[in-house]
Amino acid sequence: MRKKVGLVFSHVFLAILSIVWLLPIAWLVMHSFREEPGAFVSYVIPRGFTFQNYINLFTDTHLFNFPLWFWNTLRVAIASCLITSVLVLMVSYVFSRLRFTMRRAYMNLLLIIGMFPGVMALVAIFHVLNLIGLTQSLVGLTLVYSAGAATGFLIAKGFFDTIPRSIDEAATIDGASKNDIFWKITLPISRPIITYTLIISFIAPWGDFMLSSILMRGNQERFTVAVGLRQMIERETVSAYFTQFCAGAVIVAIPLMTLFLLTQRFYVEGIVGGASKG
Amino acid sequence: MAILNFFVMGSRCAYYGQRAKGALFFVAQVVFILFMAFFGANNLLLFRTLGATEQHTVWDEALQINRVIRGDNSMIVLIFGVLTIVACIAFIVLYVMNIRMGNKAARMVAAGESPPSFKEDLYTLWHDKYHVVLLTLPTIGLVLFTVIPLIFMILMAFTNFDRMNQPPGRLFTWVGLDNFREITYANPRLSNTFFSILRWTLTWAVIATFSNYIGGMALALFINKKGIRFKAMWRSFFVVTIAVPQFVSLLVLRQLLNDNGTVNVILMNYLGWIDEPIRFWGTHARTTVLLANLWVGIPFTLLITTGILMNIPEELYESAKLDGAGPIMTFRKITLPYMLFITTPYLISQFVGNLNNFNVIWLTTAGQPLTLELYQAGRTDLLITWLYSLAVNEQDFRLAATIGILVFIVVATFSLISFNLLASRKREEEFS
Repeated sequence: MRKKVGLVFSHVFLAILSIVWLLPIAWLVMHSFREEPGAFVSYVIPRGFTFQNYINLFTDTHLFNFPLWFWNTLRVAIASCLITSVLVLMVSYVFSRLRFTMRRAYMNLLLIIGMFPGVMALVAIFHVLNLIGLTQSLVGLTLVYSAGAATGFLIAKGFFDTIPRSIDEAATIDGASKNDIFWKITLPISRPIITYTLIISFIAPWGDFMLSSILMRGNQERFTVAVGLRQMIERETVSAYFTQFCAGAVIVAIPLMTLFLLTQRFYVEGIVGGASKG
Repeated sequence: MAILNFFVMGSRCAYYGQRAKGALFFVAQVVFILFMAFFGANNLLLFRTLGATEQHTVWDEALQINRVIRGDNSMIVLIFGVLTIVACIAFIVLYVMNIRMGNKAARMVAAGESPPSFKEDLYTLWHDKYHVVLLTLPTIGLVLFTVIPLIFMILMAFTNFDRMNQPPGRLFTWVGLDNFREITYANPRLSNTFFSILRWTLTWAVIATFSNYIGGMALALFINKKGIRFKAMWRSFFVVTIAVPQFVSLLVLRQLLNDNGTVNVILMNYLGWIDEPIRFWGTHARTTVLLANLWVGIPFTLLITTGILMNIPEELYESAKLDGAGPIMTFRKITLPYMLFITTPYLISQFVGNLNNFNVIWLTTAGQPLTLELYQAGRTDLLITWLYSLAVNEQDFRLAATIGILVFIVVATFSLISFNLLASRKREEEFS
C-alpha cells in the first residue's frame, strides 16, 4: 500500500516537472496565435486566437523583414554546413588513421586554439573582413562559421577510431591509395558521424547570436533569424511586435526540432562516444 | 652550387634534375622579395610604433580652407604587420625546405641514385604523405580566420587602442604590460570589477555545471525507477525542449520571468501566493540565471545519462542485491562510479563551456542589473559578456583583448589540468 502511494506521488511529481518544462513552449505556441497585442498580458491563455501574426510576419516586412532573415540564415546554414563537414571529416580522419611526426603536437595545438573565447577573435575578424570587403556580407559570415572548423575534430575522430584498422589494411593490400580509402571505404561506412556533423553544423548558424550580431551590426538586410528576432523585442518595438516574435520563433523552431529529433540517437553517441575517447 | 642555393632558391634542386620543384621554389622567392620590397618592409617599419604620422589639418593658402592630411591607420598597420610576419614565417619554412631538399638531391646523386621527379613527389604526397593533402585546406582556413585574428587580438592587449585612440583620427601604440597592470591592481575600480566578475564567473561555472549534472542524472534515475509508467513519454517531454533553438527558449524564459511576465501573473492572479511581483531579473538575477540554465541544461544531461544508465550491466545490480545492498548503496558503488567514468570528459567540456556561456547570460539578462560598484558591468556579467560589451559598446578594445587573454588563461588551466587527470586519453590506440 505504502509503495502504491509513493508511486502515485512519483507520477504527480513527474507531471509537475513536465509542466514546468513544457509550459514555456506551450506558452510560446499559444501566444503566437494571440489576437490581443502587447508584450505582457495579465492572463495565461489568450482571449482570442488568430493567424494574423504569421501572416504579418511574412507580409508586413517594412520594419522587420523576417522572410529575408530566414532566407539569409538558410543560405548561410547550408553553405557553412557543407564546408564545415568536409573540413571536420578530413581533419578527424587524418588524426584518427594517419600517423606522422608532429601529429600529437598538431592535435594539441588545435585544441589550445579552440580554447580561446570566440568573441576574442571577433573584433579582429571584423577588421580583417573589412579589409577584404566582406563585412556585413553573408559570404563573410559563412567563412567565419566554417573556416575555423578544424578545431572541432574530437567527436568525429572518436568515431573514426572505432572503425577497425583491418579494413584499411585489407584495402591497402588490394592496391587502394589512402585517398581511395578515405572517400570510398571510410566515408561510406561512417554515415552516422557524417549525419551528426552535417546537422550540428547546420543548426549552429540558426542559434548563433554573438558572431552575426557583431558582423551584421546595424544592417538589417543581412540579419540572421536569431539577431533579427532579438531585435524585434527591443524595448521600443516589443509591445507592437511581441506576438509576431512568437510566431517567428515557432517557425524557426519547427524545422530544427524535426532535424534534432531525427538524429537524437547520433547526438548522444556523438557526445558520449566521442568524448570518452579523447 | 651548394652556395648558390642559399641565394637563389631552387637552384640546387634544378641542378640535380628536379626542375619543376626548383622552379616552384624560385617563384616563391621572387614573390616574397617583391612583396617585401613594395609592401612588407614598410609594414614592418611602421609596425614598431604602429604608425608615425597622425591625421592632421593643414591650412591651404590657395583654397583658403583647412585640408585634412591622412595619417597612418594604426589598425591597418597592425593587421598588415601581422600578415607580413606570418608571410615571413612561411617564407622561412620554405627556405629551410629548399636547403633540405637541395641537400637531399645532392646526396642521392652522390650515392648514384636519381632524385625523385616531380611526378614521383606527387605520388608520395598522395600516398605516404596523404595527411599533408588533407590538412592543407583546413589549416589555411584556420590560420586566416582564427589564428591571425587571435594574434591580432593578443597584440591589441599590449596597445592603448580604445575609444580615445581610434583610427583613422588618432594613432594607437604599444604600451607593454600596462593594461594587465591596470586590470589586476593599478586601477582599483577596474581590478575590483575584474576580480568580482572572475569570482562570479567561477561560481557560476561550478554551480551551473554541477546543478545540471546532478539534476539531470537524478531525473534520469527517477524516470528509470521501477514502477514508473510511460517512461518514454516522460523522457520525451523533457527532451523535446532541447530541440527548441536555445536563443528562442532563452528569450521566452526572459519574457516569462519578467516583472509583468506570466510566472508572476500565475503566482499573483491565479494562485494568489504573492502580492507583489517577484523581481526575477532584479535582485534575484543571479539565482534566476542559474535556474534558467537548469531549465535549458537538465534535458541535455537527461538525454545523455539515460543512454548510459541503460548500458550498465544488469548483473551488477542483481549481484549487489543478493549481497544485500540497498538502493543508496548501489547508487554510490555502481551507478555513480560508472557514470562518472563515462561522462567526465563531458563534464569538463560543460564546465569550460559554462565559463564562456555567452548565450545564457546575454539573451536573458545581458549582464543586468547594472551596478555602480562595477565598471561597465552588471551583476550577472561573466567575463565573456563583459568583454563583449567593452568591445562592442565601449570600443575599449585594449581592455577587451586583455580580458580575453586572462579568460583564455583560466580556461586553458582548467582544461589542461583536467585532461591530464583523465586516463581515458590513453585509450585512443585501443582500437587500432
